[in-house]
Amino acid sequence: MKNLTSPRRVFLAALAAAALVGCKPSENSAPAAGGGGDTSGDIIVGEFASLTGTEAAFGQSSHKGTQLAFEQVNAAGGALGRKFKHLVEDTQSKAGESATIARKFVSRDKVVAVLGEVASGRSLEAAPVCQQFGVPMISPSSTNPKVTEIGDFIFRVCFIDPFQGKLISEFATKTLKAKKVAILSDVSSAYSVGLAQYFRESFVASGGQIVIEQKYSNKDKDFKAQLTAIKAAGVDGILVPGYYNEVGLIVKQARELGVMVPMFGGDGWEAQELIQIAGGEALQNTYYSTHFSPANKAPEAQSFVDAFKARFNGETPDAMAALGYDSARALVEAIKKAGTTEGKKLKEELAAIDFVGATGRTKLDAKRDAAKPAVIITTEGGKFKFLQSIEP
Amino acid sequence: MLPRSQILLLASLILAGVVSAFSGNMDTYFLDVAMGVGISVVLASSLNLINGFTGQFSLGHAGFMAVGAYTSAMITTTLGPKFGWSQLGLQWVLFPASLLVGGLLSALAGLAVGAPSLRLKGDYLAIVTLGFGEIIKVVLQNVEAVGGARGLVAVPGHTNLFWTFGTAALTVYVVWALMNSTYGRGFLAVADDEVAAEAMGLNTTRYKIIAFAVGSFFAGIAGGLYAHLKGYLNPTGFDFNKSIEIVIMVILGGMGKHVGVIVAAVVLTAVQEPLRQLGDWRMILYALILILLMILRPQGLFVWPLWTKKTT
Repeated sequence: MKNLTSPRRVFLAALAAAALVGCKPSENSAPAAGGGGDTSGDIIVGEFASLTGTEAAFGQSSHKGTQLAFEQVNAAGGALGRKFKHLVEDTQSKAGESATIARKFVSRDKVVAVLGEVASGRSLEAAPVCQQFGVPMISPSSTNPKVTEIGDFIFRVCFIDPFQGKLISEFATKTLKAKKVAILSDVSSAYSVGLAQYFRESFVASGGQIVIEQKYSNKDKDFKAQLTAIKAAGVDGILVPGYYNEVGLIVKQARELGVMVPMFGGDGWEAQELIQIAGGEALQNTYYSTHFSPANKAPEAQSFVDAFKARFNGETPDAMAALGYDSARALVEAIKKAGTTEGKKLKEELAAIDFVGATGRTKLDAKRDAAKPAVIITTEGGKFKFLQSIEP
Repeated sequence: MLPRSQILLLASLILAGVVSAFSGNMDTYFLDVAMGVGISVVLASSLNLINGFTGQFSLGHAGFMAVGAYTSAMITTTLGPKFGWSQLGLQWVLFPASLLVGGLLSALAGLAVGAPSLRLKGDYLAIVTLGFGEIIKVVLQNVEAVGGARGLVAVPGHTNLFWTFGTAALTVYVVWALMNSTYGRGFLAVADDEVAAEAMGLNTTRYKIIAFAVGSFFAGIAGGLYAHLKGYLNPTGFDFNKSIEIVIMVILGGMGKHVGVIVAAVVLTAVQEPLRQLGDWRMILYALILILLMILRPQGLFVWPLWTKKTT
């Protein structure tokens, strides 16, 4: 034991000591008292949205909806005698940003509530932060069931994928009379995989047959291999539960290959970009389910469409805009009812919310998910056209 | 008396511990960014060992990060509740252990990728590592046990300032110590002239594989820290762009420069936050900063002498 004090041993011992010192659990700062208990000044609301990146069309749309809602509310005097201050942060459609943004909202901006996001993957990232700090979060259009399972501070104003999968399946069997269907899903998207699964369950249960399942990945450009396999399998319908970017190319390439069977999908199709990418002709005989149609004759929907057109140079709002609008409306309603912006009270009022917004009556179930009507949209002459409405 | 480098390491570890003990008063956003900076330092320093010092071009660092992230997250989420580690207060043993396992598995992946492909030179390695990164991402998207495309939820938030800065200090120290050992001379020889090194009797493949495995090990640990910081993992977070981000840090910092790479990692991670106020302009400005830095400091941020007169 001659070398007991050799530099190496001293070093190792000191290293161990340092590790022990540092090991002391330094819990993250205790959750602030529900955030936003202030009673004066503006009511600050944070929104995180994919304003740039692959899902920018959704994020921009959704953001226009929230923007319109807060402008209207502020013009009408705000709530509790205070105005709303609406902060926006861009997630760049990227993983890893949302949690940081949520932390910024909670600790720097002291928001009373967080709105966002369209994509389920990014809502799932921000939700634990909002839950931890007791700040209510309302997702306008994340349809994956997992999102609100994070905790009782997480809400959404849209229907969830199991419902959407079921209604697409019903539409395929009843209206399209499809019996043998192919699925072409995006393995990189939580939304796409989930929707495909719920459709499959419901479709098989009602006697249909999934003949072939093919997969693709976000940002793929060539789908001819999958489509050729689907063509060879001989189906009478193809489910493409993806986002508009890839869906547009898929529809276009399918028609080029001579696959003329009906193609259908979910709310991920909903963007004007779909028509630009695929072209009106290819989109004949395609259908998708979504949350909202500007052709809806309900007075609330019509007044929203008119206000949106007036505000954004005649642009027709889509489902994402309507849901963004409703998420902000839901928050404002809850704040008015609660009479305070304190997180816990706000949470209770949000859970009990029941109002008629642009997308119809919004009422949340015990899991904080909205059960609301869906619409089926088709394309005719290069324009989206309302086909039918389906009650939950 | 200890060598100066070890004293520095100890001092930074203790500092990390002390700062961490007071972190209860810091706001969560600041902590999030600070820990993000620490993780970037680990990633950039470890990639610097491969891309900078050893002169190999790896484009798969995010893939190794993903291996470590998912491994350690699976360990803490499955073993943690099973044996009641959190009730026993033993998560402070389980967490570092999970980081270590994540790092080791990542190093193993590094060996598996490196052993066959490091016999190749230059561009070929870049292509193989690029492919590896994509394969990892696609595999993770298709394995339902780790959440698939939906991602892995409810990872406990164990990462704190001590673990991030402690790991960062340790990474920098290990890379520094390696470079000042016989291995380091070997790495440099491989980078300078592979043929000459081989002619001198160096087993160049062996040196490359060692650098690669050590680099992947720390990338795996950084992944583990990232997982327990964000609390949610999604395979798309470990795509090609993430690898490029780390490569940019190394190139801007100056390939094979210790301090420059650390500073670049800190600056490039932290600068994104104040830029948030600019909204839509943020990414344009970030790109502009990158371009300007590349024009003004092509040799890296901190290469002495800082300013040289052109002698043309």
